[in-house]
Amino acid sequence: MTQKKFAYFPGCSLEKMAESYHLSTVEIARVMGMELKELEDWNCCGATAYFHVDELLAHTLCARNLAMAEKEGLDLVAPCSGCYKNMHACNAHLKKDHDLADHINFALEEDNLRYDGKIKVHHLIEVFSEDLKEVKAKATNPLTGLKVAPYYGCQILRPRKFEHENVEEPRYFEDLMSAIGATPVDFLLRLRCCGAALIITNRQAALSMVRNLLQNALDSGADVIATACPLCQVNLECYQEMVNTEFGTKFSVPVFYFTQLMGLSMGIPAKRLGIGTEFLSPPAAMLAACRKAAVV
Amino acid sequence: MSTTVTFSREIANLLHAAGGTPVSACMQCGTCSGTCPVGDFMDVRPQRLIRMIDAGLKDKVMATRAFWYCASCYQCTVRCPRGIDIAELMYGLKRYTIWKNQYPEDLIGPAFSETFVKTIVRTGRSYEPVLATSYFFTLGLKEMLAEAQNATMLMLKGRLPVLPARIKRLENFKRMIKRIIPIGD
Repeated sequence: MTQKKFAYFPGCSLEKMAESYHLSTVEIARVMGMELKELEDWNCCGATAYFHVDELLAHTLCARNLAMAEKEGLDLVAPCSGCYKNMHACNAHLKKDHDLADHINFALEEDNLRYDGKIKVHHLIEVFSEDLKEVKAKATNPLTGLKVAPYYGCQILRPRKFEHENVEEPRYFEDLMSAIGATPVDFLLRLRCCGAALIITNRQAALSMVRNLLQNALDSGADVIATACPLCQVNLECYQEMVNTEFGTKFSVPVFYFTQLMGLSMGIPAKRLGIGTEFLSPPAAMLAACRKAAVV
Repeated sequence: MSTTVTFSREIANLLHAAGGTPVSACMQCGTCSGTCPVGDFMDVRPQRLIRMIDAGLKDKVMATRAFWYCASCYQCTVRCPRGIDIAELMYGLKRYTIWKNQYPEDLIGPAFSETFVKTIVRTGRSYEPVLATSYFFTLGLKEMLAEAQNATMLMLKGRLPVLPARIKRLENFKRMIKRIIPIGD
């Protein structure tokens, strides 16, 4: 890994709803020798709701976090895809648009902050994917026989049309799963949206989107779906029973964070990875790895 | 000289602020409609909506619910051969209808967004139980029960926050917001 130290932005979801994502992130970073320094006094990224109401305010919220990371002299890493997209996009806007940056810096003065566009924003999965050799070396408890549907979702890829050559054909999630000994399946809908906040605002639409994803994951032979976003995890797992009620289906597809799978492969005990707080229990191949991890 | 600004110009202005290509660049290829994962649920699909904006059919556009069904997945944006940032256009339309206070009353989206914004302005962090109040009572009995069951399950698994989180420098944060927009008391 070229870079070893980052400002870590957990985001609101990881405080409680997706605490297992946070716990497993901290554990694997330690094993990988990566220092994640939690951004002191970080605030909400604005999610999607802020952009529905006021764009300038939304950017200001993100900019406060960027400014605090810049003050530490560190690049920012976010595990939540929504937080990542907002701060990554805000960063790009501020670097390009100096009038916008001036206006926002005027507001940041109130918190004795200023942002000069000096840092980069990364998603957590990119950071680990950049060093597959190291991941492989640390995976002493490989997840042999576990068939994983790598679910990218939307915001770790889009809308970075002009910066990322692989927005339509990414492979890094698959490669990461292979590196920990699991078998990535050919999951056709891996880039298809989970419905995001529509699960609240337009439930029928979101449930139908979740159903399509679950069906496709099953058809591709997956034992488990791996995700890199707290909202995808909640939609796919916690609303699965509602999908079953709505469509008369019988889905029971476990959904875990990629960090939990990585942690297991590194022999970290399941409990320290937040395994046990999910609605649907791990599949057999994962349970076997859990037992081995417990005795390491 | 007339000072009237046409509807399609207003929308072009929204996109200009976001650094986007105006909808007049659209060649009606339909890639956006074909690629949209929520298209089946929209009363008007993106391709048609764009044509309606370009034709200045303001009342019809304002009466649609399509943009409130956009999940911001940006698939249309990355695939549009003309470089129109369609997902940002949907955001722009949401803001436009909120400013004008003109949206179908039974939509949950606007109230949910406004509750979210108020929560963040007050504490600096999001808090799920407060957000739930913006939509819970709009649900039918069956949905209400299913929702309550989900919340109970999350609570049993220790996944629901009991108290709202707060940032430390909240007073600075509130003054920062007031330099942008006069809300937050």
